[in-house]
Amino acid sequence: MSRPPIATSELRRRDFFGIAGAGLFVFFRSGPAEAQEPARLPTRLSGPGDFNAYLRIGADGRVACMSGKVELGQGVMTELAQVLAEELDVAFDSIDVVVGDTDLCPNDGGTYGSMTTPLLVPNVRRAGAEARAVLLGMAAEKLGAPVERLQVANGVVSDPGKPGATVAYAQLVQGRRIERRLANIPVKPASSFQTIGKSPHRKDALEKVTGRAVYSGDMRFPGLLHAAILRPPAHGAKLKSADTSAAEKVAGAQVIRDSGMVAVLHERPDLAAQALALVRAEFENPPEGPDDRTIFEHIQKTAPLARVVGSSGDLAEGERLAAGAIVENTYLNSYVAHAAMETHSATARFEDGKVTVWASTQAPFQVKGAVMGALGLPADKVRIVSHYVGGGFGGKTEADQGVEAALLARIAGKPVQVVYSRQEEFFYDHFRPAATIAIRAGVANGKIVLWDARIVGAGDREGSPFYDIPHRRTLSAGGWMGGNPAGMNPFEVGAWRAPSVNSITFARESHIDALAARAGVDPLEFRLGNLTHPRVRRVLETAAKQFGWKAARAPSGRGVGMACGIYSNACNAAFAEVAVNRSTGAVEVKRIAMALDVGLVVNPDGMRQQAEGAVMMGLGPALAEEVKFRGGEVLTRNFDSYRLARFSWLPKLEIVFVDDPEAAALGGGEPPIITIGAVLANAIYDAVGARLLQLPMTPERVLAALPKA
Amino acid sequence: MERTISFRLNGTPTSVRVDDQRMLLWVLRSDLGLTGTKFGCGEALCGACTVIVGKEAVRSCVTPVGAVEGKRVLTIEGIGANGLHAVQQAFLDHHAFQCGYCTSGMIVSAYALLLATPHPTREQIVRHMEDNLCRCGAHGRIVEAIQEAAVAKKGGAL
Repeated sequence: MSRPPIATSELRRRDFFGIAGAGLFVFFRSGPAEAQEPARLPTRLSGPGDFNAYLRIGADGRVACMSGKVELGQGVMTELAQVLAEELDVAFDSIDVVVGDTDLCPNDGGTYGSMTTPLLVPNVRRAGAEARAVLLGMAAEKLGAPVERLQVANGVVSDPGKPGATVAYAQLVQGRRIERRLANIPVKPASSFQTIGKSPHRKDALEKVTGRAVYSGDMRFPGLLHAAILRPPAHGAKLKSADTSAAEKVAGAQVIRDSGMVAVLHERPDLAAQALALVRAEFENPPEGPDDRTIFEHIQKTAPLARVVGSSGDLAEGERLAAGAIVENTYLNSYVAHAAMETHSATARFEDGKVTVWASTQAPFQVKGAVMGALGLPADKVRIVSHYVGGGFGGKTEADQGVEAALLARIAGKPVQVVYSRQEEFFYDHFRPAATIAIRAGVANGKIVLWDARIVGAGDREGSPFYDIPHRRTLSAGGWMGGNPAGMNPFEVGAWRAPSVNSITFARESHIDALAARAGVDPLEFRLGNLTHPRVRRVLETAAKQFGWKAARAPSGRGVGMACGIYSNACNAAFAEVAVNRSTGAVEVKRIAMALDVGLVVNPDGMRQQAEGAVMMGLGPALAEEVKFRGGEVLTRNFDSYRLARFSWLPKLEIVFVDDPEAAALGGGEPPIITIGAVLANAIYDAVGARLLQLPMTPERVLAALPKA
Repeated sequence: MERTISFRLNGTPTSVRVDDQRMLLWVLRSDLGLTGTKFGCGEALCGACTVIVGKEAVRSCVTPVGAVEGKRVLTIEGIGANGLHAVQQAFLDHHAFQCGYCTSGMIVSAYALLLATPHPTREQIVRHMEDNLCRCGAHGRIVEAIQEAAVAKKGGAL
């Protein structure tokens, strides 16, 4: 698949100041992101745009922070405002965080991989510290006092030695334009934090509780037309013919046929959809493919050559040491959908040859490149705005609807809105890939001596276990990042909250419990006996204490279990209690206690929201969510057949942070979800003595796994 | 059939000339420009489009606009019209949302619950809210916010 051209030189200096006006500017980069996730990032900017975020202190006293990140609900606006308020000594309310607008914000890639907090936050802090130092220098001159003597509160500098000697930041920057790059100004020590570590009201709260928050599908313009687009019945199906005559007769409907796209435009979205339903289309069906039952065999057959993602010791020696104390299982997880409540939406509008596209996307600059490529427009003729996005979870990095809206708006000569139906949303989702993870492992004297794993479809990350295992090898073939052979997956796959790691943690932590059972050891004791990683040990011990873990060999009949994991340096351990209904197979999750080590926690309530949310979201793929399909035909079309976790599933949730204010802040949106599959599988095993090897652990699968009476 | 439908929308007499079989959701969002009510599924499976007709929470994506003739319709815009309502304040205080897309439907559903049951038990809240979906997983906070709003209202008129 060819990648769209990447928009470069987003902000030329001259244009930039035209937009941004006067004030003090500090330019910086959101961090060495390339080193972290090379394949997920677009090409870097070059030329004048060697910064990818900046802050401005304006003559009105307001502080603006511009970042190409997007507010998906994770609270980025609030977090950035907090760290700036901290370093600048200004009021939280005086800070405006502007995100997701390619004309106002520099390109910093996109919002995924839990990278905002570890990579952007430290540099926003440093930028704030830099700005404060510059302003203090100016204030010292103005007040005729040495910098060391000055104090700052709420953006006002004062000299305690001289009553009445004060000057506000706003006065200092009046009529001036001062530019700075990051220098090596130290940030504040944790001991003096005033705003970091607090939980102010979210910046987006008022708009969201009043319905005034504007999403991409909420844009309204005079003459706006809504598009309904003809879709194939299956991936790979080719349009043979389309009779649009009936649709054309619908009052107010405009049928557009352009380079393979058949669309109906109407000033009412429902009437556009009704008119589209009148189109009689014939498709050539694609060849038959695997379905949701045969997929696991299929991906193993079609996977590319495996890579070695971790290896040490000698597997034969491990086999010898285990002396037959071997457990071998293959773990499966099906395709799952992102299923954000907001479907992919976009509104496109041309003005003087320039198109602005409001699009629900996690990667506005990537969408900008796609629109430029599809419409043949230069960078300065395309603006993408992605203000509020109704959930992403990895599913909104691509945004084809933005291209569709722009193409249709150009043809129609009017603003056009595209809002996917729920069926389109499921059909075009880039699912979490189906995966098989086969593990053969052995124990001797309570120690894991052998680990031989083969991962197909999930990807590589955390493929090599963090346990101390002398003889080990992990192979991995295919994955969510692409590069899979054509036909391995019948549709697109992609990043789904903590990609690779949520699948791999399920397999690894299930297997660790299976080994503990084989060794006849309590699973916590077994883990701690095979683990020297200090931070994982600490979250395990913290969560065990919170849960009130009492040692016992599984299955104990209590229905309790644990799992631990690492995602992008963040560690977590979860303990759960479940009840299994032996006649229906239904699993009730009664309680989950989780300990998280995400370094410095900027906003405890924000991090708690992420953890609570990840646990709730994670219950779905663990117990119910599974995309059904037959070849390229996606049979899952709406929430009746695709069951998300809902209110009655809510367990008692206890989240504990292993907080370390002097440590670097780590992203918390993805990590807490990784342990949910395994912690429930292990608790189910503890309850009924049946090990579930496939996610989701539906009632049917639980019943099928129950030991026969 | 195209005809003029008259109803009270957020307290204001409103008339629209439309096909009476069109769904209320689209008439609100498109014809009347009230975008606080969200589209999520189109089949009454997610609750994002919830509005109140009379005193009942209904899914506007499957409610023909003809059915609200002569009735009172309340949307999220009407609930917040005169300063934050106790339910909104509680959602704000508890941060009972993340992406915010399901939030209008959640608040409207909760409002309807408290109209009928000023002091709901936790079980009643869960049962009433069960079919309102939230992908960000704000469920626990939403339950707590509704409990707090019920206390804040002290059983008084909404």
